[in-house]
Amino acid sequence: MGELSRFWRESDHRYRLVAHKCGNCDRVYFPPRDVCPTCHRESVGKMEPIDLSGKGEVVSYTVVHEAPTPFTRQKPYILAIIKLDEGPSLTGQIVDSDPEEVDMGKRVHSVFRKVAEDGKSGIIQYGYKFVLD
Amino acid sequence: MRILRDVYIIGAGETRYGELWERSLRELAVEAGLRAIENAGVYSRDVEILYGSNSLAGIINGQENIGSLISDFAGIAHNNIPAVRVEASSASGGAALREAYLAIKSGEYDLIMVGGVEKMTDIYGNELLNMMGSILDREWESFFGATPAAMAAIVARKYMKDFNVEKEALSMMSINDHENASKNPMAQYKNKLTLKQAMGATNVAEPLTLMDCSPITDGASAILLASDRYMKKNKLEGAMVLGSGISQDYFAVHNRESIYTLNSAKIAAREALKKAGKKLDDISLVELHDSYSIYGLLELEDLGFAEKGKAKHLVYEDIKAGGRIPVNTSGGLKAKGYPLGAVGISQAVEAYEQVMGKAGQRQLKSVDSVLLHNMAGTGSTSVVHVIGGE
Repeated sequence: MGELSRFWRESDHRYRLVAHKCGNCDRVYFPPRDVCPTCHRESVGKMEPIDLSGKGEVVSYTVVHEAPTPFTRQKPYILAIIKLDEGPSLTGQIVDSDPEEVDMGKRVHSVFRKVAEDGKSGIIQYGYKFVLD
Repeated sequence: MRILRDVYIIGAGETRYGELWERSLRELAVEAGLRAIENAGVYSRDVEILYGSNSLAGIINGQENIGSLISDFAGIAHNNIPAVRVEASSASGGAALREAYLAIKSGEYDLIMVGGVEKMTDIYGNELLNMMGSILDREWESFFGATPAAMAAIVARKYMKDFNVEKEALSMMSINDHENASKNPMAQYKNKLTLKQAMGATNVAEPLTLMDCSPITDGASAILLASDRYMKKNKLEGAMVLGSGISQDYFAVHNRESIYTLNSAKIAAREALKKAGKKLDDISLVELHDSYSIYGLLELEDLGFAEKGKAKHLVYEDIKAGGRIPVNTSGGLKAKGYPLGAVGISQAVEAYEQVMGKAGQRQLKSVDSVLLHNMAGTGSTSVVHVIGGE
């Protein structure tokens, strides 16, 4: 679903977890934002790129059994909200573990993986997933 | 100058809800609209503007420009009556109702049709799940395999752990919906649901099963809104829109400070109740946006009926049709059905029928005010309306 430029323009964020830090209040946002929701216009032009460590903990998770077509081959898969050490939370899969091993509060770190593919001849999409520490 | 104009729902109509393979998007919309016109006792040529609500016709049916389509096939484009579409995902209906309410309140119009339609079965199976992903943040949730059910499940797991809530409490929401829908001739599912069936259903996204998730529904609902002036001049009757509120939260669930708090619902409810001059004690019926059972519990809390983590005490008795806070006499999203963009209007139809004493077997004994909560996706937008007698 979608064309190359839609994925290509997010490469820095999805491959290397590049976030934005507000130059006014120092809050960190992922994905990057052009305006800080706390500082509003005071932040314009002051949102600076910052690399995240990819380390964090599981806020909560689910095991997905009913999956959209790009993910049907992966099911069942573990999808989680992860709170990163730098502050922001994000949504991503936890891989290389059985669901029984995953729990809320467990430490994880990010890995670079294939996320989905658009049919047999479409674009292969890459990005972050997480594994247990 | 302060304009004081009261706004009434003077008629309502809808199609049956369900998997209606033989019916098209436009047929559903027109059927609901004509029933509302007939029910109100007005003529379609008297309608001044049509507000249509719909969520996903662009990708499911390959059709945008829905306002024009419906206006044409309802026969009112012939009379050059304008039509626009209001889109706020699964809160489109509530948002359209609010826009129409404001338009009458402002003094610009006296008679408006508000119609919601969703034709979901034109796309099958897992392909439809891709499209449902557009309700979420496509790039930062759905891209990684999230579905609306998966995000609700993530919220449910943390909620259940933090407040020591058993899965059974979630199932009770679905059981109540099915019980009520068994008395609604328009509902998609009229079968009653047992706890065993609800708990034992196949997993969709753990801990949520198929019986925690609202179905794929084709359907349309329509209402006519009129000013007090129009209503009295034409000797019509109606249920008053006493208050309206709308609010917003972060789009993606992971950006919210508490993933099981629906801030948009809290604020929209407070606003609507204040404008209506009503308290929670005045509410005789709540129509909740329980697209996933967990949201029913969260909404009861965030709308103010229970403290956070305590809705589990309401779901066994209080929410029943004969209970202290009747919930979803319509059958709710789980059993009446979940035609995304039509939900807000579906709720308004139930409010109208309950207030006017036209709810048939579902009729509650005494109805003061009805509170409607219509929510977009995982809670990014909430629209609350309070409907009542004069």
